[in-house]
Amino acid sequence: MSEKEIGQKWDRCLADCAIKAGAGLGLGIVFSVVFFKRRTLPIAFGTGAGLGMAYSNCQNDLRSPYLLQRNTTKEQ
Amino acid sequence: MLRVCWKGANAAAQKCLCGKVAAHPLQHCRRYTSAGNSGSAAGKIVAASLLTVGGGLGGTILYAKWDPKFRANVEKNVPYSDQLFEMTLGPPPPPFIPLQKKPIKVEPLQISSVSEASKDSKQPKSKGKSKEKQSEPAPVEPKPVAEETPAQSQQTIEAEECHECASQEPTLKERPVEEVAARLAQQDRAEQEALTALSADLEEALGTSAKFTLQAIGAQEVALTAIGTHTLKLREAMDSEDPSDKKSSQWRELDDALSERTRSVDQAGQALLQAKEQLEKLRDLINSAKESKLESARPQILAAEENLHSMIVDLDKVVTKVQAAQSEAKIVSQYSELVNEARAQFQKELSSITPEVQANWKGLTGKLSVDDLNSLIAHAHRRIDQLNRELAEQRVREQIRIEAALDQQKHEHQRAMEQTMTTAIQHSREDMRLEQEKKVQEVREVMEAEMRTQLRRQAAAHTDHLRDVLKVQEQELKEEAQENLSIKMMELETNYRRQAQEQLDSFTLDVNSAYARLQGMEEAIDSHVVAEEEARKAHQLWLSVEALNYTLKTAAADTPTEPLEGAVHAIKESCADNEFAQALTTALPEESLTRGVYSEASLRARFYNVRRLARRVALIDETRNSLYQYFLSYLQSVLLFEKEQEAPPAKLAPQDLDTFKLLAYATYSIEHGDLELAAKLINQLRGESRRVAQDWLKEARLTLETKQVISLLSAYANAVGLGTTQAP
Repeated sequence: MSEKEIGQKWDRCLADCAIKAGAGLGLGIVFSVVFFKRRTLPIAFGTGAGLGMAYSNCQNDLRSPYLLQRNTTKEQ
Repeated sequence: MLRVCWKGANAAAQKCLCGKVAAHPLQHCRRYTSAGNSGSAAGKIVAASLLTVGGGLGGTILYAKWDPKFRANVEKNVPYSDQLFEMTLGPPPPPFIPLQKKPIKVEPLQISSVSEASKDSKQPKSKGKSKEKQSEPAPVEPKPVAEETPAQSQQTIEAEECHECASQEPTLKERPVEEVAARLAQQDRAEQEALTALSADLEEALGTSAKFTLQAIGAQEVALTAIGTHTLKLREAMDSEDPSDKKSSQWRELDDALSERTRSVDQAGQALLQAKEQLEKLRDLINSAKESKLESARPQILAAEENLHSMIVDLDKVVTKVQAAQSEAKIVSQYSELVNEARAQFQKELSSITPEVQANWKGLTGKLSVDDLNSLIAHAHRRIDQLNRELAEQRVREQIRIEAALDQQKHEHQRAMEQTMTTAIQHSREDMRLEQEKKVQEVREVMEAEMRTQLRRQAAAHTDHLRDVLKVQEQELKEEAQENLSIKMMELETNYRRQAQEQLDSFTLDVNSAYARLQGMEEAIDSHVVAEEEARKAHQLWLSVEALNYTLKTAAADTPTEPLEGAVHAIKESCADNEFAQALTTALPEESLTRGVYSEASLRARFYNVRRLARRVALIDETRNSLYQYFLSYLQSVLLFEKEQEAPPAKLAPQDLDTFKLLAYATYSIEHGDLELAAKLINQLRGESRRVAQDWLKEARLTLETKQVISLLSAYANAVGLGTTQAP
């Protein structure tokens, strides 16, 4: 179902965001703890990186139908 | 002047008129008077004519009453006069025929000396019989006269018949042959019958008369012999000088012979009378036969007459013999009487002389004395003298007596001769008559034969002529008949042919019509069969289409229907030869066959979802598809308020191609059940909205397609079914 696709995409997006943000947070925490003496930088940085990655993934995922694929260029 | 003229003219006219009027009354008067006169005259004329006519009629009738000939004439010439005459006078009188024959004089039966023969035998009976005999000829006479009249009446009847047939001749041309033949046959038969009867009678009479005659002759001969014996005996008795006992025996014999003679004579007389009777009967019969005028009986009559004559002759001969014998006997008896008388006298004398001597003088020889003898001898001598004297006297007397006796004898002889002559004459006359009749008969026969031959000749000529004429007629008639026959045959044949042809035509027509009907029926039946087949097929199609329709209904809320493959397969089977249906079934989309289609309701429900989503991603398309745009489109969808449903216009303008508008239109259409329009509208979406509605659109398209095909099929099935339905 094409109408369910966007919902699925959004679900993926959110899931991905959560994961990535969580992962980033976690890494951030880790790094902050480990490396960066509990600075919040790495947490912020990780979370943000995570969120950013999720955001871009989401965006790519949402954009994917409109992107010209390599197959077509190859066929050209 | 004018007035004068006018007056003059008037006066002239008046004068003329008056004159005319003046003249006319006179004339009228004259006419009246003359009319009056003429009226009476006319009446007189009418009366006179009536009188003459009436007088004529009356006179005719009276004269016809008086004169039958005139009546017959009038009846012959004037039609219907016979009816008038019958009415007034009665039936016509019978025709008058004069006697054609004189009455035949019947000669009385002259049987010779019947009375004499009967007298001699001293039989009053015979006398009575002779009287009867004489009276019999008298009734014999009226008998033939009586017999004549029937013959006459018969003749008159015949003549009347002839006259009748003669009178009938003017009415009938010719008596019919059958009648003539019948009449002839009848006459012949009558003749034959009469002839047979007559011959039978004659034979019978002849037989009886012959018998009686023979009897009579026999009796007469017996009498003759008896008389002869008696006479002989008497003579013997007279002459013989036998002794007394023999004499007595002789006398006894004589008595016997006498009694015998008397008896035989009696018998002879009776037999003779009977024979005479029979002969008279025979004669009567012969006469009646002669009267009946039967030609064919003539020889028989002649024969009978001859027989009669011969019998009469024989009888007469015998009678004469008997008479001679009787006369001789008379003489002898007279002689014997005389002798007896003399004897008696002598006896008396002897007894007077010798009174004591009695009885027969011949037996006295031994008993007489001498005196007696002498006296006897004297007496005898005296007697002898006396006798001599007497003898002489007797001689003289004898002479005289002889002369007298001779005369008497002559007379008697003459008488007898005359009688015999007369009898002989009669006999000869009879013979001659018989011969004449025989000759006449022969001549008649000869003439008859000749006439017959002439008639035969004439008949032969007539038959020849008739044959010729008949031949000619036959020829003509044959030709005519042949012609008629051929014409009739032709007619009949043409008729028959025509009728046969007509029948054939009608039959052919019938057969053709029947055949055509049969053909029609067969065609009808075939068409019926075909129609039924079609109907069946249509029904099947319809049923399968209905099944397909039904399968469409099997769609649940969100699940599609069953795959339509089965039903479509069934349809394909049911209408294998229906191209339209086949085409339609092939037009069904594969998805519907394999997967089934969604129902409208589910699509409708899904549409709302699709709409929401489409609203949310309204701004997203190829160029704008970042997340920010997503957020923006979402914001737009939240903040944009518009009618949920909006009626779509007939034509879409370019500004209507906005997502929200389109969605509004689509919603409206959906709400109003127009999936097709909704699908069309949704098809106008662009961008992400389109991508979102893509599946729904596809489904909608599938459904729509299937529905369209199915509706077509159903319509087709209905149409076919309707088409196959036959109007009652």
